[in-house]
Order: sequence, then structure tokens, then C-alpha cells
Amino acid sequence: MTDLLTLSGVHTHVGRYHILHGVDFGVAEGKTTMLLGRNGAGKTSTLRTVMGLWQASSGQISLDGQRIEASTTPDIARLGVGYVPESMAVFSDLTVKENLVLAARDGPLDDSRLEWIFGFFPALRKFWLSRAGALSGGQKQMLSIARAIVEPRKLLLIDEPTKGLAPAIVVALIDCFAEIKRRGATILLVEQNFHAACEIGDSVLVMDNGRIVHRGEMADLAEDVSLQEKLLGLSLEAHQ
Amino acid sequence: MTELAASEALPRPKRDVLPALLPAILALAMLPLIGSPSSWVTLTVASLAMGMMIFIMASGLTLVFGLMDVLNFGHGAFIAVGAYVATLVLLPLAPWVQADSLWINLAVLAPAALVAMAVSGALGLVVERVLILPVYGQHLKQILMTTGGLIVAEQALYALWGPQIIPLPLPTSLRGSFIIGDVAIAKYRLLAMLLGLGVFIGIQLVLNRTKIGLLIRAGVENREMVEALGYRIRRLFLGVFMVGSGLAGLGGVMWALYREQVHASMGDDLTVLIFIVVIIGGLGSIGGCFIGALLVAMVANYGGFLLPKLALVSNILLMVAILMWRPRGLYAVTSR
Repeated sequence: MTDLLTLSGVHTHVGRYHILHGVDFGVAEGKTTMLLGRNGAGKTSTLRTVMGLWQASSGQISLDGQRIEASTTPDIARLGVGYVPESMAVFSDLTVKENLVLAARDGPLDDSRLEWIFGFFPALRKFWLSRAGALSGGQKQMLSIARAIVEPRKLLLIDEPTKGLAPAIVVALIDCFAEIKRRGATILLVEQNFHAACEIGDSVLVMDNGRIVHRGEMADLAEDVSLQEKLLGLSLEAHQ
Repeated sequence: MTELAASEALPRPKRDVLPALLPAILALAMLPLIGSPSSWVTLTVASLAMGMMIFIMASGLTLVFGLMDVLNFGHGAFIAVGAYVATLVLLPLAPWVQADSLWINLAVLAPAALVAMAVSGALGLVVERVLILPVYGQHLKQILMTTGGLIVAEQALYALWGPQIIPLPLPTSLRGSFIIGDVAIAKYRLLAMLLGLGVFIGIQLVLNRTKIGLLIRAGVENREMVEALGYRIRRLFLGVFMVGSGLAGLGGVMWALYREQVHASMGDDLTVLIFIVVIIGGLGSIGGCFIGALLVAMVANYGGFLLPKLALVSNILLMVAILMWRPRGLYAVTSR
């Protein structure tokens, strides 16, 4: 399995702070790679650096063989990268429809793809013409994810999608990610909910202090409680 | 599963109509204070005309601030440049301006306005590339650069046209008033109102009915996410900056004809008013900017009539009052 995304020795500074300290990893094509770690470990910074929202100060980032560390965010998005930020960042003053129309950069909305999305997130159909700012937190997350998949993408960068959501919504999101993966998308997903991570992930990367401190199969980490405690500081039970 | 399946309707968003009603409330409140209905109508029409002209000039600035967080203290230069450029068309064609035919007058006025907008818009392109591009995200430097640009532009106008005030008479058919009973409504003020309303409706249509408009509204709220969707917001901003500069040029022509004179520092005088409008409107909101422009003009006109000694500070008092009521402006842009 070849890597769609590779990071090699990536350092990122934000202002005078040195956030990423030589991050190296690959994300296998067609797989879901979980990026885990404590708060402040550098997970969100890694996604933002890949997306070009923060420029890597050194190191190499390649997407499908193409170097992107010096590319601008719009250029990276146009290479087929979808981004779901932790804050969701839906456009509150726009309707659900307008949010998705903007996300469909290459043309009008594809009806069959919309139906596929509505299958996971029926609330989006119901509130199609409502302002996104009026949606609940879970519905905003659905919209944020729908915006990232409204057109086929090579790579999805998703930052803590289950944070603060009701269990029913988390289950729907897990189903959604499984279906997206079945359609061939590659996903790099930051997650704090270890149970959700075990359900979704094929492989796992664990970060600490701006470095990758563990890489392996998600199933192996799910079975190794002592390793979980060592890397993440919490047992599996604590996350369930 | 309620949230997932959305079996319940969303709470209806509260329609915030009070700011939109403020101009009407203020106008009606002034009627008993002014006493004479004909004076009230004259002052109200003058306020609406002045407000529309200020809106035309301020609309570009509010979008520029809302979209890219750029403080352009040089916006007044586009106003003055627009007015001077219009003299290049209107003064040589004075016989057309003085002709007693509305169509001949408009035949010279329209190209003058279009040329003024084109030149101001082109100047906007240069200013954005040369002065603003190097200082994105640095407010203090933006203020220094754009204020410096304003000074350079003013001095360039003095060098090209001389220090004297240039008279710019109104076209003949736009002089005088329509008399309805004992109320006189100046023809030019009516034209200014119609043009301002047209610009407002045009901007609203673009913002609400086109993909470019969606991008501008989304960019005002969260430009980082717009870029993450693959749109080059700098290009969009450049377009908005040029259109805003062009509208300032159009406002300059309208204002110069209103005052029947052109001078290089006319932009300075208006910059303070425009910034008050942008701030009380909500920094990035076109609707707020429209309401704010009407309120500023009403306070100036009614205040000048009722309390002439307070006229100089009336707009500052208005801004203080609005910001004490709504610290983020009348229609605050969501994410700011």
C-alpha cells in the first residue's frame, strides 16, 4: 500500500513558539489513519500544517508524490484535500444549502451525492434552507463533514469530529466515515474519543510534544491497555 | 436520535428589525421638534440623499474591512480622485451640462461617473498591490501606509490641478426642485436617493444571489475556511477592493455635484463620516452600513437645524450612543 500523504522532518513555528519538532509519518492510500495524543501534543497543528494554514518552517510534505509544503491553502485544497476543522467553521450567516454550494467548487451540487450525504445526515435535508448558525452543535458538525465530502476528495483531514457530541451523533459519524472509506477516500483523523478511534481507524499515530511517539495498527493499540496508558495516559475503559 | 433525524424544527431565528427601523423612528420623532412639516420633509429628503451618497462611498470600505480586516485610511483619496476625474469630462463638455435637456445632461453625466469609477477602481488595484499587500494582518502599518497614500494622493491632485477649488455646476435639468404643495424636493437629491438605493439593491443582489456574493459573505465570516475550500480569497479581495474604490469614486462625483465644487481635501472631510458609518454599521455589514449612513446624515441635518452648536459633534455622539447600545455595531458580522 503506497502512502498518499507523507511528512518528513516537518517543523512548524507559530510566532515564536516551536510547535512541531520534526514530524515524520505516512498516510496509506485508502486507509483511515488516526492521530491521537494528549491536548497540546501537536495534532491540530499537524493538520493545519498539511493544509497550509500554517507554513512548515522546514521539512517536506508530499501529497500523491507532489511536494506541497510551500503551497498555499487554496492550491492544496484544489489537489483534492478536504478539511474539517475542530471549530467546524460552518458559515453561520449562510444557509445549509449555501454552505454546500460553496463547498462544491467544481460545479453545481451532484444530486446523487447529496442523497448519499442525506442518508447519513437527514437533518441537513430538513434544514436545507435554514441558517447554519441556527443548527445545533451536532448538526453543525454534520454540515462541516458534508461540506468536506460534497465532492470526491483524495484526502480528508478531520479534526476531532466527535468532540462534545451526543452518542447517537457519534455513531452516525462513525458509520459515515466507514462509508467514505469504502468509497476509496483516505482519511487522517484527529480524535480524542479512543472508542471512536478504535471503530474508525486502520492505523494509528500517537503524538506528544510535537513529535510522533508511536505508529502502528489501530487494532494492536486497542488490545494493548498498558501501551494505551503509557502513550495516552488513560485506559480504554475511561474513554468508553 | 432527535438531533440526528431532526424531528423538531429549529428555533426560528430572531429577526433583528430594530436597527432597520431606527431611521424611520428618528425621522418621526423629529417631526414635532421641527414643527413645520415642510421643513421636516426638506430636512428628511436632504438626509436621505446625503445618507445614500455616504453609503455609496462607505460600502466598499466596510466590505474591505469585513473581508480582509484591512484598515484603509486612504479611502478618501478615491473619493477625491473620482471627483477630479469627473471634471475632466464635465468641464470640457460644459455646453452639454448647461443644455436644458435631461437626456443631454445625463448623456454627459453618465460617462463622467463611469470614467470616475474606472479610474478610481484602477487606482484601487495599484493601492492594493503596492500599499496593502505588504502589510496584511498588521493594522498599525496599514494605518501608516494608507494615511501616507492619502497624503501623497492629495499632493498629487494639488500638483496636477492646482490648489484652487474647482467649481462643478449641476447640470441644468437637475437644478431646482419639484414643488408638491408647500414642500420643495430638490431634483438632485432625488437622483442621489435613487442612485444610492440602486447601489444598495445591486450590492444586496450580488451578495445574496451569486456565488461571488456567497464567497464574499463567507469570507467576511471566516476567510481561512474559504481558502480551505479552495478559493483564492486574495483575488476576491482585490476585486472587492477595486469595486469599493470605484464606488468611492462614484460617491466623489455625486458629492462634488451636491456641493458644486471639487477640492483635493474633500476626501479627508468625508473619511471621518465614513468611518463612523462603517463602525456603527457593524464592521463588514452592508445592511448596517446602509442604516448607519442614513442615521449619520439624519443626525447631521436634524442636529444642524435644531441644535447648530452641537452639529460638529453630533455624529460622534451618535456613534457613542450606538456603541453603548450595541458595542459591535448595529448589525455585527457574526464571527467578529
